[in-house]
Amino acid sequence: MIATDSMADAPLSHPLGAAASDDEAPLYAPRKQIYPQAVKGRYRTIKWVVLAVTLGIYYLLPFFRWDRGPNAPDQAILVDLANSRFYFFFIEIWPQEVYYITGLLVLAALTLFLMNAVAGRLWCGYLCPQTVWTDLFYAVERWIEGDRRERMLKDKGKLTLKTAAQKGLKHFIWLMIAWWTGGAWVLYFADAPTLVYDLATFHAPLIAYTWIGILTFTTYTLAGFMREQVCTYMCPWPRIQAALTDEYALNVTYRYDRGEPRGSVKKNEVLKLQGLPAGDCIDCNQCVNVCPTGVDIRKGLQLDCIQCGLCMDACDNVMVRIGRPQGLIAYDTEMNVQARIEGRPEVHRIVRPRTLFYAGIIALVGSIMIASLAMRQNLYLSVMHDRNPLFVRLSDGSIRNGFTVRVANKHLDERRYALTVEGLPDAKVDAVGGDIDPQGRAIVTVGPDQTLEMRVLVTDAASAASDSTDIRFVLIDLSNGDKATTSDHFKAP
Amino acid sequence: MAQRTHEGTLEQVDAVTGVATTGHSWDDIQELNNPLPRWWLWTFYLTIFWSVLYAVAYPAVPLVSSYTKGLLGWQSREAIEVDLAALKQQRSGMTAKLAASSLEEIRQNPEMFAFARAQGKAAFGDNCAPCHGAGGAGAKGYPNLNDDDWIWGGSLAQIEQTIRFGARSTSDQGHSGTMPAFGRDGILKREEISHVADYVRSLSGLPTDKGADLNAGAKVFADNCAACHGDKGQGMQELGAPNLTDKIWLFGSDKTTIMEGLQNGRGGVMPTWHGRLDDTTIKALTLYVHSLGGDQRP
Repeated sequence: MIATDSMADAPLSHPLGAAASDDEAPLYAPRKQIYPQAVKGRYRTIKWVVLAVTLGIYYLLPFFRWDRGPNAPDQAILVDLANSRFYFFFIEIWPQEVYYITGLLVLAALTLFLMNAVAGRLWCGYLCPQTVWTDLFYAVERWIEGDRRERMLKDKGKLTLKTAAQKGLKHFIWLMIAWWTGGAWVLYFADAPTLVYDLATFHAPLIAYTWIGILTFTTYTLAGFMREQVCTYMCPWPRIQAALTDEYALNVTYRYDRGEPRGSVKKNEVLKLQGLPAGDCIDCNQCVNVCPTGVDIRKGLQLDCIQCGLCMDACDNVMVRIGRPQGLIAYDTEMNVQARIEGRPEVHRIVRPRTLFYAGIIALVGSIMIASLAMRQNLYLSVMHDRNPLFVRLSDGSIRNGFTVRVANKHLDERRYALTVEGLPDAKVDAVGGDIDPQGRAIVTVGPDQTLEMRVLVTDAASAASDSTDIRFVLIDLSNGDKATTSDHFKAP
Repeated sequence: MAQRTHEGTLEQVDAVTGVATTGHSWDDIQELNNPLPRWWLWTFYLTIFWSVLYAVAYPAVPLVSSYTKGLLGWQSREAIEVDLAALKQQRSGMTAKLAASSLEEIRQNPEMFAFARAQGKAAFGDNCAPCHGAGGAGAKGYPNLNDDDWIWGGSLAQIEQTIRFGARSTSDQGHSGTMPAFGRDGILKREEISHVADYVRSLSGLPTDKGADLNAGAKVFADNCAACHGDKGQGMQELGAPNLTDKIWLFGSDKTTIMEGLQNGRGGVMPTWHGRLDDTTIKALTLYVHSLGGDQRP
């Protein structure tokens, strides 16, 4: 199944020129257009709800407000690239705290692993943006052009004016959805209501229009044309997923122990009366018709299957109609199908070392993140010693060292700080551009949510200092006593 | 399998695919002679077409003493000038503010001060570092700008004056005043120079030679040096006469170096920057140098 276009142009031939045999069939399989049929049922309902919730969050969240006071934006989620800030409800992240995002990605990956260990490709089937948008695009297609049969007939038959108009309308709506998708994306990077107004009046920056264009194109292409090929050929997760799964993970499974041998209702009735084996599968092909990736679930677990659950709905509907129990296709394991055939008891083990391990790491990483978030300081101090010169002798013989000191005030109001040095009892500290209070402390003022870089001079008598003395800079927030310290050295001849 | 081509030569054709081969055979493996994909070929032709357009529009072909200029007249030097103009434009708001404010006003405004310090640091690296060092630490004969000893004064106005017009420079507004060559010009005898060198060392608490005649040195000092360096050797900034009592020595504090100065005189030159650097850059340099270590509180 893995092939590229170039291979289609040059099929490999047998070196000796022997007649083509089965294993010399072309390596390239052209895509077969898929016309998934509409279906109703439990999993379809779940998918509609997930679609509405996830898209609702994506499209509307930028407009959600969150009051942070006068010195910060009031958008709940905002990636403020110009000012290097990321706002997430009550959390504000500075560039040096980007490891929180790393932590979130680690958590996301682990959650994906845990979902996979419990019930296979839950992410692919219900939550992945590719699945959600493709589902939405299929819904539009079905609404305008009709269900599976109608669409197949229209594509086979001549292009009438009505069909062309329907297709035009479909592509227009697709483009509108795609455009809205790109539009919602850029709203996360600027004040949403202002940007909407600017976009509408053509005053928004070019970069906003560019990104809307890019995302309109990708959404339209990926959800309208590429569809299941993204999952089958482009996405790495199916490969990783196959390597991570085990025999206990639930998967959308055709229970062939109950289904086979398949046959028409009447034929299997006759077989049953004769005491011969007859399965519940009536070979109606409904499970194949509804499948958005075009697989036959009865062939077993396969790479193309995104486990969206629609074949379960289709099969259940048929089973109800022919008076058989539901669940011929269900979340089950290959191991249990075999167990039933061999008369062994079924094994269900959601709680097992693998799931416990993933859950444990998720809890660990999550608690580390929460703890570090709760204990993080809104005050940050960094000091860099002058490289050149390392020290300066003053006219009275004392020694002075210069430092570049950076103070970050992560509070949303202006703060005053006192800077002192520990380790040199008689040293004098002076911040260029700051004041000195009666206790000899250097006083600096830093604006709300800002950093201040300044030159700090530390002077000490020559006799007191050895060639290198360990010192500590101590910065105290004068409003609440918060303290930040950092170590450095005092150099002397 | 072979078949005859239009030219009449034999062509090997692969039996399975019906595609002609290149006719070469390696261990019975033959290569199909498929044509290049059309899109690839057209892209290739397009790049050739593009290169011709490019060569016509832009400077391209080197000639003996010149080069083809291209129809668009584009030049990398002009492109840089455009970029520099854009940068100037971008900074113009802050530059205008610096130009309109006094040194003291800039010093009091954290935003302007930070901008001036950054601009001054860059200008210092371009213009001052060759003599004063990248960090302003100076060298023998070139003052350290990080300390608190200022030959011509360490206030903002004094520093600006020194940067603008220099010392012993080509500008008639610059600082003048030199250390005379007492020995070479025959004003002092060798032993008088030795006496006064010992005396000067004693002024800043340095040890003197055994048997040094400090009284004789003091007399020589009072007669020849006190006019500029002050009767106690405390120096005089108006004349650029260094303070001889402190711990900072521009050329060195050993007796040989001091005698060398007395013999041949001293007269380091600070060039004039007025007219070479614009007013805003000189302001920024002043604030930067002032903040290095001078930063004398009023």
